[in-house]
Amino acid sequence: MKYLDEYRDARVALALAKEVAECTTKPWVLMEICGGQTHTIMRYGLDELLPKQIELVHGPGCPVCVTPLETVDKAIALALRPEVILVSYGDMLRVPGSHSDLFRAKAQGADIRIAYSPMEAVKIARANPQRKVVFLAIGFETTAPANAMPAWQAKREGLTNLSLLVSHVLVPPAIRALLASRENRVQGFIAPGHVCTIMGYGEYEELVRDFNIPIVVGGFEPVDLLESVLMLVRQLERTEAKIENQYVRSVTYKGNQRAQEIMREVFEIADQKWRGLGMIPQSGLRLSPAYADYDANRIFDLQLISAEEPVECISALVLQGLKKPTDCSAFAMRCTPENPLGAPMVSAEGACAAYYHYRRHAGENALSKSAV
Amino acid sequence: MPESLKSITELSCPAPLNTRDHILLGHGSGGKLSAELVRDIFLPAFCNPALARLDDQAIVNVNGSRIALTTDSFVVKPLFFPGGDIGSLAVHGTINDLAMGGAQPLFLTAAFILEEGFPMESLRRVVSSLRRAAEQAGVSVVTGDTKVVEKGKGDGLFINTTGIGLVPPGLELSADRAQPGDKILLSGTIGDHGIAILAQREGLEFESAIESDSAALHNLVAEMLKAAPGIRCMRDPTRGGLSSTLNEIAAQSHVGIELDEWSIAVRDDVKGACEMLGLDPLYVANEGKLVAIAPPEQADALLETMRKHPLGKQSQVIGTVNEKNRGLVTMRTSLGTTRIVDMLSGDQLPRIC
Repeated sequence: MKYLDEYRDARVALALAKEVAECTTKPWVLMEICGGQTHTIMRYGLDELLPKQIELVHGPGCPVCVTPLETVDKAIALALRPEVILVSYGDMLRVPGSHSDLFRAKAQGADIRIAYSPMEAVKIARANPQRKVVFLAIGFETTAPANAMPAWQAKREGLTNLSLLVSHVLVPPAIRALLASRENRVQGFIAPGHVCTIMGYGEYEELVRDFNIPIVVGGFEPVDLLESVLMLVRQLERTEAKIENQYVRSVTYKGNQRAQEIMREVFEIADQKWRGLGMIPQSGLRLSPAYADYDANRIFDLQLISAEEPVECISALVLQGLKKPTDCSAFAMRCTPENPLGAPMVSAEGACAAYYHYRRHAGENALSKSAV
Repeated sequence: MPESLKSITELSCPAPLNTRDHILLGHGSGGKLSAELVRDIFLPAFCNPALARLDDQAIVNVNGSRIALTTDSFVVKPLFFPGGDIGSLAVHGTINDLAMGGAQPLFLTAAFILEEGFPMESLRRVVSSLRRAAEQAGVSVVTGDTKVVEKGKGDGLFINTTGIGLVPPGLELSADRAQPGDKILLSGTIGDHGIAILAQREGLEFESAIESDSAALHNLVAEMLKAAPGIRCMRDPTRGGLSSTLNEIAAQSHVGIELDEWSIAVRDDVKGACEMLGLDPLYVANEGKLVAIAPPEQADALLETMRKHPLGKQSQVIGTVNEKNRGLVTMRTSLGTTRIVDMLSGDQLPRIC
């Protein structure tokens, strides 16, 4: 397939892996931020191709995984109201809230529609003027402009039965929080190519400067990731720290400015809770004052719903790259995609799910762990 | 530094939700939840040897004849899609379930659950398509049933078909018969049906419409059995896709299965749609493909025969059965690394058949 096959070419990938091996003299810990990148690493076994000294740890870049418990609880509470149609991306339906999930709410009669595009929420609102349509807007910068569009369009059309339940997170403040932690081990980052397609990579310069750490904006195919690793290792071996762009076919310094304008019009930066990481200042988006009329939190008076995350699994450590999913005693035993203990096992982009799907240990217990 | 990161070991994530009080859409996916439903609810209730084989059809002895029986309900949405409709699908799906047991399909029943207000013209189209598909396959619809439910209580039209066929003496095909060393053959590209339905349902547009592969496979199966009488088992990878079918065989035969990624054919437009939608073609449904497990010495002749048949032109040997990772399906990736191919969990695409 054009534009994809060349980035999955085995010869190119193996040549890059060899080059990494040749220029590696010390152990290095690298983190890929995005869950999509984790998925590719596991799916193609890229870590097996790299020298033993290169440790890849997996970052918090799975939007479903970091959406806080209380957002899920609010979405469930809204969906169960008879007048509400909740529109959501499919991935969110299996994410456990405090007591239930959206799939169960749907089974109990809640009107929940799975959408591939946020604008479907506008269509649904137009078609159902007597109902209240709520779009569950979650994600990173990548989806923020698209998720802003239903509110933007509703305002222009004068649609009054559409609102957004927003839980949006931003990558640079999360990297800052990880780097500021005493327990940080990460020596170089692969920044998420899709996020940077929207935002550009200018905003990562400050992190490079403040923490003297190399960052490479990387793509999502095997060749992209191996080349990103090579670029990071070269910098580290030369004790350099700069921002580099591997994903040049999509990412520019300034990013997509029209998309950023829409984001800035509809959203404003706010403190944000991350599931597994807790509150990180100025790390999220909420609706701007001009769009307050489209805020489901206000319309439905949801402020009272809050939830504390119970102590159950090590997802916080996994999301910060301090532990591997296989370090968890519940992994593939008590915690599986059917019965997830934690969000990283739920989403296709979650690190635990990626390990479960592609790298579950094929030892003597394999049969008892697989579904029979 | 954020408060939370000072003591990260105290942080955590949510409690499990493993109670299943209600049916979820995933229970109809053909993946892990479906298997759980069969294991926990249906098997204990109806326990008998014919059912316990858990193949696509039951084979029972009546006065010395081996009769194959199967039943299937069709709830596909939309009713009409490129490459077929609910009528032809209801014939093909049931015939294929018989054919996978090596049975020659003979008779079908058809039951229609109609919603009040359903257009008569649409019903005529579906029925004439069902009749055409049955004629082409050489089976007759010998009895049927009609029920009507109130408006809003059904989604237009659901169809159930039951099929009956005869299994030749001595033929034993079952998912528990795969042995280390056996070859795995696949009769063509994967993912066509699921993506055809999804593209139609979601209004995705491609240069040309992706057509469902819906087809009756019993004639291909008859040719295959002539060329390779030692075939251990056959399955049509419908709901849950190729991955779920192979995981079932690996589990029931207590063997490992290793696939070669490069040998599994996916049409370019299906691949493109899967990339866009975040789906893996290994999990997407097929309605006109089959997987056969055959002893290695018969694999070449079998492949040649399959490729000569119009429904098997793109057949490939896609992997081998081993004794290494019993119960698991693994895949050699294009980069030479190995990964697991898990069974579908939850629901990727509801109502595709």
